[in-house]
Amino acid sequence: MSIEVKNINHIYAEGLPFETVALNDISFNIDDGKFVGIIGHTGSGKSTLLQHLNGLLKPKSGSITVDGVDITAPGKKMTEIRKKVGLVFQYPEYQLFEETVEKDVAFGPKNLGMQGEELEATVKEAIELVGLDFEEIKERSPFDLSGGQKRRVAIAGVIAMKPKILILDEPTAGLDPKAHRELLSTIKKLHKNEKLTILFVSHNMDDIMEMADSVMVLENGTLVMNDSPERVFSRWEELEKIGLNVPQITELMKKLEKKDSSIEGNVFDMEKAASIIKNYINSKESKAQND
Amino acid sequence: MKSIISVENLIFEYPQGEECEAIRAVDGVNLEIEEGSFVAIVGQNGSGKSSLAKNLNGLLVPTSGSVKVKGIDTKDDETIWELRQNIGMVFQNPDNQIVSSIVEDDVAFGPENLGINPLEIRDIVDEALDSVWMGDYKKKAPHLLSGGQKQRIAIAGVIAMKPSCIVFDEPTAMLDPQGRRDVMKIIKELNVEGITIVLITHFMEEALQAERIIVMEDGKIVMDDSPYKIFDNIEKVRAVGLELPVIIKLISELRKNGIDVPKNIFDIEGMVNYICQ
Repeated sequence: MSIEVKNINHIYAEGLPFETVALNDISFNIDDGKFVGIIGHTGSGKSTLLQHLNGLLKPKSGSITVDGVDITAPGKKMTEIRKKVGLVFQYPEYQLFEETVEKDVAFGPKNLGMQGEELEATVKEAIELVGLDFEEIKERSPFDLSGGQKRRVAIAGVIAMKPKILILDEPTAGLDPKAHRELLSTIKKLHKNEKLTILFVSHNMDDIMEMADSVMVLENGTLVMNDSPERVFSRWEELEKIGLNVPQITELMKKLEKKDSSIEGNVFDMEKAASIIKNYINSKESKAQND
Repeated sequence: MKSIISVENLIFEYPQGEECEAIRAVDGVNLEIEEGSFVAIVGQNGSGKSSLAKNLNGLLVPTSGSVKVKGIDTKDDETIWELRQNIGMVFQNPDNQIVSSIVEDDVAFGPENLGINPLEIRDIVDEALDSVWMGDYKKKAPHLLSGGQKQRIAIAGVIAMKPSCIVFDEPTAMLDPQGRRDVMKIIKELNVEGITIVLITHFMEEALQAERIIVMEDGKIVMDDSPYKIFDNIEKVRAVGLELPVIIKLISELRKNGIDVPKNIFDIEGMVNYICQ
C-alpha cells in the first residue's frame, strides 16, 4: 500500500503567540512494502508528520493519499484509514489499560467491529507475531510485565487491527540491549513475512542503517534529505550540523578520512572498515620498515 | 582513596500482596564508591540497577544490610534530608522532574526547600543554569524546551543543591543524539569539578566513558572492573545480555586479523589517534 504526500503544511497555535510552523511544504512517496527510516532532532516535526499519515492531524494545505484514497478530502471517514495505517506512539506501554493482555490487544479490533472467533484468532495471531507466548501471557496483567514485554503487547494491539502500513515512533527507546535486539528482529519479521510497509523513527543511526531501504531527514519541519541510507549517511558533516549523527563505523571512517584523505570515508559496514584499517596499518608499517 | 558511598550486604525486596512472595530486586550487594570517581552501572531491565540507585539516596531503604553516604545511614530518619542534599538524582524522563512553570523557579525549588537565604539562591540558580549552558533560558517555560534542554534543567535543579554525588538513572534514554551528547558532556564536566558520578545506562558507549563499570544481573553484581577489562571478556558481556559497542566489535575484529590495537583504546577518538599516529 503506497503513501503519497504532496506539499503539506502544518502550523501549531496559528494566530497565537506560540505559533510554530511544524511542517513546511513536505512532499514524498513511499512505495508498497518499503522500510523507511525517519530521523531528525527533537522538535524537527517527525511526530507531527506521522500523525498526519493516519489522519490524527490534518494539514493546513496539501494532500495525503494512502492506497489511492485522499485522506485529507473533507468529510472523509477516518475509520478505514486508521485500520490500514497502524501508528505506534513513543512509549506505547503507557497506553496499556486493560486487566489482561488478551483484553488489551483485543480493544482495537473490537472497536473496528470484530467479534467472536475471528477476534480471538486475530488477538492470538498478533500476540504471537510480536514474539510472545499467547497461552502463557494472555491472562496476565499487562502491568506486571517487563518493559520490553509491555512494549510488545502495545505493538500487538496495533498489529491486531491488521494494518498494511505500520508506523513506529522510536519503538526501541529506553529498552535494554537484549529487548532492543529482540524488538528489532520482530519488526524485521513483520516487514518480511507480513509484507507490511514500515515507517520507523529512531535516533539510533546504526539501526536505521541496518533496517531501512531509504531515509528521510527532517529539520525544522522541512524534509531536507530523502535518499538511500548510504547516500544520507555520506553527508556526515551536514547531519552533525543539525544535531544528528551517522552510524558509528561511518563516523570513525569519516574522521579518519579527514586526517588522511587516502582513506575511504563512506564505509557503512564493519567488515569493510576492518579490512581498510588493516591494510592501512600494514602498509604504514611496511613503509616504516623500508625507510 | 576515601569512599563516599558504602553499601554492605544490601538486600532490597518489593513487598507484594499477602499471598505473594516479595520480589527481591537487590540481592546481597557490597559496593564501595570512591569520592570523585565516575562509575557506570549497566545490566538488563529488571537486573536491579534502578532499585540499587534508589537505595543510594534513601528513596528506598534496605530490607536488610546498610547503605551509607558520607557515613550517614539511609535508614536514619533524622538525617535523611542531609543525606539527600549530599546525593542528588536525575531520572530518565525530564517531564517527571520539573515542578515549576518557569525555568529559574524550577532550579530554585531545591535550595528554597533547604532554607537558603533568597539572595544567595539567586547566585546559586544562575551558576547552576550556566553550568548546564541554560543561562539564556532562565525566564522560559520548561514545556517549550526540547527534551535535552529539559533534562539539563533537571540537572541544574540537582546541582543547585550542591551535592557531592549525583546518581543519573538513564538520563539520555529519551533524548535525541544532540541531547545525549550535551548531557554526557555535562556529566563529565561535573565529574572533573569533583562531583562523584554514578551513571546507570543502557548505552555501552556512555558506560565506556566511566572509569569503572559495574554489571548487574538478577540483583547481584556480576562484573566490576575498568571498561577495558569488562569488554575484554566478550563472552561474559554477551551472556548477561549486553551489547558490545560497535567500536569494540571493530577492535576485536582487527585483533583477530593480527592488528595489535592497544588496550586503552575503546572509542572513536582513540581509534583515530591510533590509526593516524
